[in-house]
Amino acid sequence: MASDKVKDVSDADFLSVTGSDTPCLVDFWAPWCGPCKAIGPVVEALAEEYEGKVAIVKMNVDDNPETPGKFGIRAIPTLILFKSGEKVDQVTGAVGKAQLIELIEKAL
Amino acid sequence: MAKTHYNLIILGAGPAGLTAGLYAARARMDHLLIEKGAEGGQILLTDWIDNYPGFPDGISGFDLAEKMTVHAKRFALNSIFANVVSMDLTEPIKRLALEDGSSLSCDTLIICTGAHPRPLGIPGEKEFIGKGVSYCATCDGPFYRNMHVAVVGGGNTAVQEASHLTKFAQKVTLIHRRDELRATKILQEKAFDNPKINFIWNSTVTRVSGNEGVEELYLLDNSGKESTLKVDGVFVLIGVLPNNEMLPLDILKADAGGFIPTDLETRTSVAGVMAAGDIRSKEVRQVINAAGEGATAVLAAEHYLTNLS
Repeated sequence: MASDKVKDVSDADFLSVTGSDTPCLVDFWAPWCGPCKAIGPVVEALAEEYEGKVAIVKMNVDDNPETPGKFGIRAIPTLILFKSGEKVDQVTGAVGKAQLIELIEKAL
Repeated sequence: MAKTHYNLIILGAGPAGLTAGLYAARARMDHLLIEKGAEGGQILLTDWIDNYPGFPDGISGFDLAEKMTVHAKRFALNSIFANVVSMDLTEPIKRLALEDGSSLSCDTLIICTGAHPRPLGIPGEKEFIGKGVSYCATCDGPFYRNMHVAVVGGGNTAVQEASHLTKFAQKVTLIHRRDELRATKILQEKAFDNPKINFIWNSTVTRVSGNEGVEELYLLDNSGKESTLKVDGVFVLIGVLPNNEMLPLDILKADAGGFIPTDLETRTSVAGVMAAGDIRSKEVRQVINAAGEGATAVLAAEHYLTNLS
């Protein structure tokens, strides 16, 4: 669960956010998910470190059923990296910072 | 310059670490609690904790984690989020190396790094993580509304979470390698009474297969007979492995499973280093034990510091 430093996206604005020229990492989470909470501080720190280079956003899967379904998400937290609207890669679970950096760097 | 040395460092903020933090803060010790993710540890993976005294109606793992954190913080707990990658315990001053390249030191260390779910280690398991293979029923159960899921395991976690999953899934099949469950009786009774749960005994899962997501499990029973089971997801709940990658296992004399042996006062083989909670080498891993050991460890640390000065 990321805090306010990581902007929320919804089903409605998902395409416009992920389709931009700036690569985008989406953290799919829910309030009842412990590991989502666990990964929160790491996602927040990365949002600051990659500011201007990669947009790091979050999507609440409870409020937005459409997008998680489209990407076949069956576990959270799942983080999917997008570049120009195309999915580059994804990770699932409360992984460490190094693993998330490895993922993000794939779009740079 | 930021402070880098403490009398006591507590590593990990699950029930053991949070209790240790509570005791250390309340005793006004010069302390630091380090957590890499979120406070709570494995109880964050548990939907319901029904056997923690003082909560007669039970409590969700999420809420208990929150309450333990708030409780420790009431006494001015000093805590940071950081990832410890290695440590040197060969000198009286213990040194911890952090992922960001910095380091911290302490006179006493309480290791509460806990454990994580054990994987099956079979073909297909890793590639379908997040696509049907899960280790957390609380997290991922809601994605399986009206579907068929399997649970692998026969202990407390497997049996409790099988019941939890019936809130979402149409059918839950519990696959166990023996012909009886190891889980505590009340959990067994609940599972046997639940019409949505059925059981496959004396069988192991040998392969997970599918396309976009999990579609099928390959099973092998004790007589050598193979079969397949169509499922939409599989929850692997077969016990835990220690979170020990940052620990010097040789000098801590880790057991064959990688857990850390201690005496009754939670003291490890290294003077001034205690271990509490699931990382300890022991038979019983319950929230109440972890909390109790966290308290014991702080008292052992205080005792060590007194003799030091």
